[in-house]
Amino acid sequence: MTQASLLDWTEGAEGIVWQQCSACGHGWYFRRTFCPKCGAGSPEARQASGAGTVHAITRVMRAPSEALRPYAPYNIVLVDLGEGLRVMAHADDGVAIGDRVTAAFVTFGDRIVPRFSKG
Amino acid sequence: MSWITGVGLTPFGKHPGRSTLDLMSEAATGALADAHLERRQIDGLLTGYSTTFPHLMLSTLFAEHFGIVPSYAHAIQLGGATGFGMVMLAHHLVEAGLAENVLVVAGENRLTGQSRDSAVQTLAQVGHPVYEVPLGATIPAYYGLVASRYMHEYGTTEQDFAALAVLMRSHAVRHPGAQFREPITEADVLASKPVASPLKLLDCCPVSDGGAAFVVSRHRTSDHGVRIVGTAQAHTHQHVSAAPSLTSFGAADSSRAAMKAAGVALADVDYAAIYDSFTITVTILLEEIGLAPRGAAGRMARDGHFSKTGKVPLNLHGGLLSYGHCGVGGAMAHLVEMHLQLTGRAGDRQAGSPKLALLHGDGGVLSSHVSLVAERVQ
Ligand SMILES: [Zn+2]
Repeated sequence: MTQASLLDWTEGAEGIVWQQCSACGHGWYFRRTFCPKCGAGSPEARQASGAGTVHAITRVMRAPSEALRPYAPYNIVLVDLGEGLRVMAHADDGVAIGDRVTAAFVTFGDRIVPRFSKG
Repeated sequence: MSWITGVGLTPFGKHPGRSTLDLMSEAATGALADAHLERRQIDGLLTGYSTTFPHLMLSTLFAEHFGIVPSYAHAIQLGGATGFGMVMLAHHLVEAGLAENVLVVAGENRLTGQSRDSAVQTLAQVGHPVYEVPLGATIPAYYGLVASRYMHEYGTTEQDFAALAVLMRSHAVRHPGAQFREPITEADVLASKPVASPLKLLDCCPVSDGGAAFVVSRHRTSDHGVRIVGTAQAHTHQHVSAAPSLTSFGAADSSRAAMKAAGVALADVDYAAIYDSFTITVTILLEEIGLAPRGAAGRMARDGHFSKTGKVPLNLHGGLLSYGHCGVGGAMAHLVEMHLQLTGRAGDRQAGSPKLALLHGDGGVLSSHVSLVAERVQ
């Protein structure tokens, strides 16, 4: 699969995409055109399975803007995906640290965001 | 070695109608007077930034406005660690002989100079613009994430966090310049409005107007015998999503390196000035640096260990949590108070006669760390 075909939630598509270095195997989340560990170019884009474990969670009571205020309160989590990377996302009410979760995609303001549910 | 020859600090809170340059000027005037120096004797100038007054060249703009003609000047940006970062640089500049007297100055009308939404959104840019900010994450949310993990790992409770807020308020009560001076209890903190769990309103520092300044000099210019004897930094990440750990950041490495440079041990420290943007921030920093064992900061605060009569008095002006937070100048107030304490000028806040201070600032989401060691010399 070419990189161009792997759109993710940050571009309006349902998916979490990460990158992996073809030279050293290092994996990471924030999109770049090179490996931040060894500097090699042309990293591979990979679709995450969306399954992981909750590492941290907070319930946001006050949204940062008028447009997002109707959504509050909402839960923000850091999830450790099975692929070995950590992502920030939303989560259902009742999700706790250590829970096994899977991602779906929901509307939030003028975009979609990943939201994790138990199971 | 360098000397902190003078300090200046405005009250924090609301200064309606006063600009960034006004607040910087007031603080700088105080610092120069305290150092017994004239404008013409300032040959180095370091500034930070102001979110209400973004400018490409704040240092030279301020130099022109204030009326100084430095031979060395620029601004630096390191979030909440900017103030101590400037002190570290000033220390090395005078040690290297590049300047005799470096003015370090910051000020911002962060409270009255913009709307609350604007302040929240500007500060949220500490988050990743593509992967974090669109989720509706706020600065309290980033710290709320860290706090949730910390509680999970070390058994820290919301009441333990509250004890730090109560401590800072108990100190601010004695400072006429503090933004919040009404005493509070742990119950008040626990009952305050939820912001981003587990953090509530009183776990979070306020937004303030204010300014702070100091002069770092190659030679002593006044009676104030306070010198900087160790400095260090550590930078582990920018975004909380990319932090290598949510329980160990750069604070231990940075503070150890600064103490090594100073040739002192943690047990020698008898005054602490530690960044406290949230109760979780100061909890983690105290425990990672080793001023409290893991999980113990709240209990020790409650037991008086960090009070003015305690073993290691902490932020006796009230910290960011109660003195207030005007941006770059926020943590600089911690250094001003340290200077007053080490020179015996803190009035009814005075904690005996401390000799050795450890200062630690952090920027971002526990991302950038700067540690300083200062000592009193007769
Ligand atoms: Zn690589």
